[in-house]
Amino acid sequence: MREIDYTEIVKAVKEMVMDTEYRLPEDFIQAVRSSIDEEASSLGKEILQEILLNAEVAQREQVAYCQDTGYPVFFVEIGQDVRIVGGSIKEAINHAVRQATKEGYLRASLSYDPIFERKNTRDNTPALIYFDVVEGDKIRIKFAAKGGGSENQSKQAMLKPADGLEGVKRFILQCIANAGPNACPPFTVGVGIGGTFDYSAVLAKKALFRHIGERHPDPRIAALEEELLNLANQLGVGPLGFGGTTTAIDVKIEIAPCHIASLPVAVNIQCHAARHKEIEI
Amino acid sequence: MVEAKKIITPLTDEVIESLRAGDKVLLSGWVYTARDAAHKRMLEEHEKAGKLPFDVKGQVIYYVGPTPAKPGQVIGSAGPTTAYRMDKYTPKLHELGLKGTIGKGWRGQEVRESLKKYKAVYFAAYGGTAALLSKHITKVEMVAYEDLGPEAIRKLYFENFPVIVANDIYGGDVFEESQKKYRKLAI
Repeated sequence: MREIDYTEIVKAVKEMVMDTEYRLPEDFIQAVRSSIDEEASSLGKEILQEILLNAEVAQREQVAYCQDTGYPVFFVEIGQDVRIVGGSIKEAINHAVRQATKEGYLRASLSYDPIFERKNTRDNTPALIYFDVVEGDKIRIKFAAKGGGSENQSKQAMLKPADGLEGVKRFILQCIANAGPNACPPFTVGVGIGGTFDYSAVLAKKALFRHIGERHPDPRIAALEEELLNLANQLGVGPLGFGGTTTAIDVKIEIAPCHIASLPVAVNIQCHAARHKEIEI
Repeated sequence: MVEAKKIITPLTDEVIESLRAGDKVLLSGWVYTARDAAHKRMLEEHEKAGKLPFDVKGQVIYYVGPTPAKPGQVIGSAGPTTAYRMDKYTPKLHELGLKGTIGKGWRGQEVRESLKKYKAVYFAAYGGTAALLSKHITKVEMVAYEDLGPEAIRKLYFENFPVIVANDIYGGDVFEESQKKYRKLAI
């Protein structure tokens, strides 16, 4: 049994959260940079350049890339040969978020309740944490800072099996077109197909952790990702919705088995503040 | 590239009449911040007591909830939030004299009509470019609802803050018009 101390988790997660807020993933930055030449709109090109400049300034000055520092979402895989000492991992993660919010000058963006007083929790806790137990003696922690603007444009539908692949494609493209300028494109589009009502949405969120340009190992899904990316960029939405040919930087799809009566599909729209990171302890 | 128009707040009818959807504008002067929670409270108070925490006549509201300022900064990162969430409250504020709003994304039909009726303009700022935009804000003062934290009403002093006219008083909509040019697939 390997022992991992509570304080080690707090330190690693705090650093991960702050770094994610200040520095966009390099693969995303590279993809935006290479989209500039292909962008047909001159205003679109200018906006893509502003996005790169914003990333540069945020990283250099160690300030939040976007004022919406997001809902902290974690996917934690705990090796079954790990024992956490000195406190619970759930508290360690929330402790880290609390510290990162204060020391990293992040915006407090959570309400205690959704429909009564909507009082701000002041420290971005409680974080949303999904746990999974895996083999091994390590802990793998994935973190996403989910901004409200793009999360608000995400959708789930329980399609009929008869709607098939065509129905799925239409739903995804409609979701991208409707998100438009509200959700700060260019997007990374996370898609979950199959599972249950709730699991399709979890898959859509998890799909966003895959690197830009890295295709799904199943060639049928890989082809669907490429087709949808191509179609999304024909919708005309463009950078920040001001028209153009760069609406999406990538489309990532995950699938899961589902009930014989169901065809769940979920689309998690990710804005250009594509803040995702993972660490292993 | 088309030259940006330099405009100073508060806004006059004459300035608003000169603006067309798609115009680039550099905005200077004082603006007020308010987003979801401040709008709700502000209009509930107006309903009950007949007054607002600040006089909106000729003024501009920027839909923003900034990050806290680091030592040495005037304000933290401060980009626009999505505007449609404030649609429910905007026509009433226009009626009371508000002349401009700044956010990102589409406005609903009711707000577009209200812009025409009350002669007001909706500007879009570049969403998500919050570290850059904060450099055009040189002064900050607390106005009301400090308990709302990032959602409090503040006064910000803009220096050449870059925006684009998204909806004008003539029914123009920059998103609709510019997306149409590049749309090869209608869904």
